[in-house]
Amino acid sequence: MAAALVISALGLLGLVAFITALVAGGLAALAAVGGLLAMFVFLAAVVLSLVWLERKYLGRLQMRMGPMRVGPFGLLQPVADAAKLVLKEDVTPAWVDRWLFWTAPLLLFLPSYLLWVAVPFGPGLVLRDLDLGLLYIVALSVVGIVGILMAGWGSANKYGMLGSLRSAAQLVSYEVPVIIVALTVAMMAGSLNLSQIVEAQRPVPYAVVQPLALFLFLLAGLAEVGRTPFDIYHAESEVMGGPYVEYSGAHWAVFYLAEYVNTFLVAVMVTLLFLGGWKGPGLPPVLWFLLKAYLVVGFIFWFRGTFPRLRIDQLMALGWKALVPLSFVNLVLTSIYLFYGWPWWGMSLISLAILAALGYGIHRQAAARKPAITLVPAVEVRSAR
Amino acid sequence: MPQGVTANYLVVFLAAVVGFLAIALMFAANYLLAPRRASPLKGLPVECGIPPVPFAWTQINIRYYAFAILFLIFDVEAVFLFPWAVLFLKAAPVVFYEMLVFLGILLFGLVYGWRKGMLVWR
Repeated sequence: MAAALVISALGLLGLVAFITALVAGGLAALAAVGGLLAMFVFLAAVVLSLVWLERKYLGRLQMRMGPMRVGPFGLLQPVADAAKLVLKEDVTPAWVDRWLFWTAPLLLFLPSYLLWVAVPFGPGLVLRDLDLGLLYIVALSVVGIVGILMAGWGSANKYGMLGSLRSAAQLVSYEVPVIIVALTVAMMAGSLNLSQIVEAQRPVPYAVVQPLALFLFLLAGLAEVGRTPFDIYHAESEVMGGPYVEYSGAHWAVFYLAEYVNTFLVAVMVTLLFLGGWKGPGLPPVLWFLLKAYLVVGFIFWFRGTFPRLRIDQLMALGWKALVPLSFVNLVLTSIYLFYGWPWWGMSLISLAILAALGYGIHRQAAARKPAITLVPAVEVRSAR
Repeated sequence: MPQGVTANYLVVFLAAVVGFLAIALMFAANYLLAPRRASPLKGLPVECGIPPVPFAWTQINIRYYAFAILFLIFDVEAVFLFPWAVLFLKAAPVVFYEMLVFLGILLFGLVYGWRKGMLVWR
């Protein structure tokens, strides 16, 4: 009798413990889902703001007004665009491979959303402070290529096919310098945890210690998201939108969303790895973080408004003959430097010297090249006749 | 939610579910709100009005494979570099020199490919 009582009491206790754990786990999971939803809403707001900023900024660069009609200063233009995309017909061409065609946007978007689980916005302000945060982000950022490839192949369209192949070659090539430069930063911080990397930049941000690495990371990151100087895989005048050519309506909107989220991710990674993250005087940390990230985004848009598109051979040459060797040299130099424990300013001097030599070399080459066409004023042509 | 590796990657899994549902919601809205009118011409691949022949799934130039293989080499090597980068200051000096040798071999491979014209896009 007593034994039965003890056993049933133990069983009851176990049951209570089990239910408590279940409820606690469920509550925690609910909290996590709430955080994830908040992150999704935040990212959607960021994308809307980026679309507006880019159109307005490019318009100003080209001496136009940019969006003006919808809302004050055209602020509601991206909202109107998003509403339009949802209301548009989602055409599925007859020849496509339906599975690939339909799942490709998801496969591009999901990794670019999953990344944000590990991105810290301030001290402790992160969904999950992963110890392998940098590795996690670098690893997931490559998965999107599969989505693009699937989109291009699944469309059964020549332009889509060509664009997706180009994207595979380009994104894969520029992934190498991104990884190596991220490694250099991890080496200096002695950690792969993004919060710790930011904390390691307390005296001086790594942009000062390693200007060359910042330059390499920004260039390779731009190519990685296919922003304009490096956008041959979805260039309108060459492959008509490349892998996205057959998409319309909500499917196309998801591609667009992923693209802008990735652009913002590059800005955020530059902020975290090189600009000292949320560190700054006066303002609250989150504001500093967003300020820096939007500054980098502004640079990215400026690039788009300034530089002409690269050809594919130039693009691959820049990736494999310039960025990959330079990033490796930088890695080896940094490792030697850290191994012997020399002061940080020496590293920034070396980095600056390499960057200056690079700039001078490019300048020499550009100056030595003779222009293919000489422009002659009309007056001289008439007098020569 | 408790810390730990399992809990961390449980959140990643939850994020996948949340992201999937959000996108599915958007597709559903599109499905319900947008007009749908099928027509044989709409079903053709876009080719600026030119009849889409031959079919798009054809042979692919070999140079794409060459770059994919190069990437694979460097990516696999990065897997070895990640733990090394974090730990080489705490480990024995031989770890540091060994990785320099490894990087040297790798860069020699890149220079060899460069000299052989593997990096030229033609």
